[in-house]
Amino acid sequence: MSTGVIYSKANAGRPKKKITSRSVARRFFTHPGGLIPTIIVLIVIVATYCAPLIQMHDPAFIDYNLVNAMPSWQHILGGDAIGRDIWSRLIWGGQEAFLGALIVMVVGIGIGVPAGLFGGYFGGMTDSGLSWVSDALMSVPGMIVLLIVAGGTNGNMLILMAVMGVFMAPGYYRLTRAATIVVRNEPYVDAARVSGASHSRIVGSHILRVIAAPIIIQTALTAGVALGMQAGLQFIGIGDTLAPSWGGMMSDGMKSILTNPWLMVPPAFVLGIVIASFAIMGSTLGQITGTRSEKTRRVTRAERTAVRRLAQTTSLAAPEKDVAVRVRGLKVTYALAKHETEVLHGVDFEVHAGKVLGIVGESGSGKSQSVFALLDLLPGNAIPEAEGIWIDGVNVLTLAPAQRRALLGREIAYIPQEPITNLDPMFTIGRQLTEPMRAVLKMGRREAHDYAVQLLQRVGINDPKRVMRLHPHEVSGGMAQRVLIAGALSGRPKLLVADEPTTALDVTVQAEVLELLRELQAEENMALIIVTHNFGVVADICDDVTVMKDGVVIESGTVREIFSSPADPYTRELIDASLDGAESRMELDAQLDARPELEGAPA
Amino acid sequence: MIVFVTRRVLSAIVLVLAMAIGAFFMAHAAIPDPTATLIGKTATPDQIAALRERIGLDQPLMTQFWNWFTGLLHGDFGLSWRTNTPILTDLGIRIPVTMSVVVFGLLLCAVFGTILGISAGLRPGSLVDRITKAGSVVLFAVPGYWIAVILIIVFAVHLRWFPALGYVRPDVSVTRWLSSITLPAISLALGGIVMIAEQLRNAIVTAGSSDFVRTLRSRGLGTFRIAMHLLRNAAPAAVTVLALMFVSLLGGVIVLETVFNLPGLGIATQQASQVGDIPMLLAITVTTVVFVVVVNFLLDLVLGWINPKARIR
Repeated sequence: MSTGVIYSKANAGRPKKKITSRSVARRFFTHPGGLIPTIIVLIVIVATYCAPLIQMHDPAFIDYNLVNAMPSWQHILGGDAIGRDIWSRLIWGGQEAFLGALIVMVVGIGIGVPAGLFGGYFGGMTDSGLSWVSDALMSVPGMIVLLIVAGGTNGNMLILMAVMGVFMAPGYYRLTRAATIVVRNEPYVDAARVSGASHSRIVGSHILRVIAAPIIIQTALTAGVALGMQAGLQFIGIGDTLAPSWGGMMSDGMKSILTNPWLMVPPAFVLGIVIASFAIMGSTLGQITGTRSEKTRRVTRAERTAVRRLAQTTSLAAPEKDVAVRVRGLKVTYALAKHETEVLHGVDFEVHAGKVLGIVGESGSGKSQSVFALLDLLPGNAIPEAEGIWIDGVNVLTLAPAQRRALLGREIAYIPQEPITNLDPMFTIGRQLTEPMRAVLKMGRREAHDYAVQLLQRVGINDPKRVMRLHPHEVSGGMAQRVLIAGALSGRPKLLVADEPTTALDVTVQAEVLELLRELQAEENMALIIVTHNFGVVADICDDVTVMKDGVVIESGTVREIFSSPADPYTRELIDASLDGAESRMELDAQLDARPELEGAPA
Repeated sequence: MIVFVTRRVLSAIVLVLAMAIGAFFMAHAAIPDPTATLIGKTATPDQIAALRERIGLDQPLMTQFWNWFTGLLHGDFGLSWRTNTPILTDLGIRIPVTMSVVVFGLLLCAVFGTILGISAGLRPGSLVDRITKAGSVVLFAVPGYWIAVILIIVFAVHLRWFPALGYVRPDVSVTRWLSSITLPAISLALGGIVMIAEQLRNAIVTAGSSDFVRTLRSRGLGTFRIAMHLLRNAAPAAVTVLALMFVSLLGGVIVLETVFNLPGLGIATQQASQVGDIPMLLAITVTTVVFVVVVNFLLDLVLGWINPKARIR
């Protein structure tokens, strides 16, 4: 049985935020993938339960003239192999099918959802016990158990469908359990618990609302699978073989598939279209409740070329020799499905060779977008435009994509914010360090290995050979950040861009990493851009500052100028907020001297 | 490592035994008196009594259980109540039939699911991606025998490329064996292919939005090398779905054997079910559970091997 697989599929559509049920219903019924299958299923259900009214003949009556008859006005779908009216059997056959699917749903939900709520909410032994049962149920093909039960109950379809419901319960169980665990850990549920709400109240009011949508999706999928399996049982001759059923009709069709394949068409068509309708309903609902964020579209090659053409017409002259980076009029626009939204509105900044620029601003001010545009590392749906981006005297906007990409790893390097997630968890640290050396810098295996060892030593890792054999989850954040710095240095870049390089680290490690960056910058005489929200970092290491807010530059200047006389009140606020209570440069230096290498120790 | 494997093996054995015991009592509860179906309604009381004695139904349930269970531990499934022949011999002939189809189907799932999943995942929004998505929605729910019927009509009845029915043993003719299991395997696999493709695609897309991808790009790695990192990160998800797929295919093959008239475990299950041949049903259940448990065990080993975080706990 495919219960396990249903789970993983429906799970993909798990909603993150609460959505009102009315808006979901409206969007569902205005979406073709919601409306059309619903109409199809409704038509079939109505036809089925109105069978006595719209039948044209008695479904059990045998008319020898009708044997294998092709469709005619009296018998719109013709007759079957023993002379019964196919249309009448088709509409009657649906009754057992839908009743069976209903039983499967009720039993599956009735067992799976409460069990999932218990397991997820209380955890511990309850949870592991229930999960064991669920896993065990999923490791038996349900069809075999159904056949055992069929043997004892003479193929009683209602009992069989109830048993099938038991086998569908793990799908509901896992879904409910996962959602419950997520919700249980939400702050608002904690708040409800602290304020004295009872367990049942919390479950009722908070958790059920969140899991409603995934359960409905799962139910649509379950309905389709249940119809399929039920017809499968009928197909192999289980249940009342005389009563009309879709599976039974397919079985009859199979017997004469070589002589009269038409018999197969009506039941297979109806069964297929109903199953597909349920599946599409579930998928549409998953789409509607699952994707909260607006759809994005990829930027086409033509659009990128247009930007490049435009840049080639720039009237601005190349900057002087000592300017490592100059950015003029940088705009970044994101292409969403229906409209575009501009996040940077013409940003200017520059870095002199061998100097350190701090780009400062709150989160959302556009500082990371600015450096990603500079690095050419924006996501696929972003369009960067600028009057010019000069790196080492070249306007990179005029370069072909491949030429521009070739700068990365050689001329330009990047140090990310969150060290652990910026290392590939699947590969050893050594492999990640040496791969670009071999691919980009064309080093041999040995050479790359020795170079990596040397770089790791340089960034303060004492036993580089051991560290290179470790995977990212086996090292501390500070060590991972040193590894990333070593990687960034490997191409001996002229420009190093560090995006909040210390934010994710412990306070003591922050000072060490900053110190390391400062040393390396001086040693290699690189231009360094540090993105930060912290003026303390700026005071420590930067020569110049650019302050950003809401996608524009508020002011720029040397560190001394900005600190002594900030022109903009916003800058003053930021300075006050950052330096309040922060340790001075001198104190940090004293700490560092007093304590030799903490970082080399294993995590 | 040895501790890990030993613990997994022990827990697998416990699971199989627990399922076997559960199945025994469930089967006896579901089929309280199989004599009528085994011997026919016209049998005399003497004949019924003789039958009950032959199959041990005259003994207390716990005695029956003990006899069956000790036999099982010695690898003996006993005699079929229907044919009075050793079940083990019968299964020895049937398992290769079923497994031919299941393994061939699983192979198709792995190969085509991976190809589709990779091409959709590396180019989200492309034509392949949209076709895979649409296919996974519908083919997931449509049962294998339904697809089988369509395939038979098209490829066996109209085009006559493959035989519609029957099984040819590989020792008779390898090509005819392959030809006889091709349509069943495709019917079985079609849903699985799109399922694996969809899961793999999602795993690749998720990996693609990871921070480390941007960092690798910043170091100058090209599209191909980045793709290798994405695939490596998506591999555990793909292997997991493939193992889940095995259970689902084992269930699906039962009905398919009827469609294609393949003399495997599925037809044996149906025949046993019709007459209430409990030892046969139990033997099939235990065999299937063993297969599933072994596959899950292999899955854990493979995951431990390909996923550094899951290694040696």
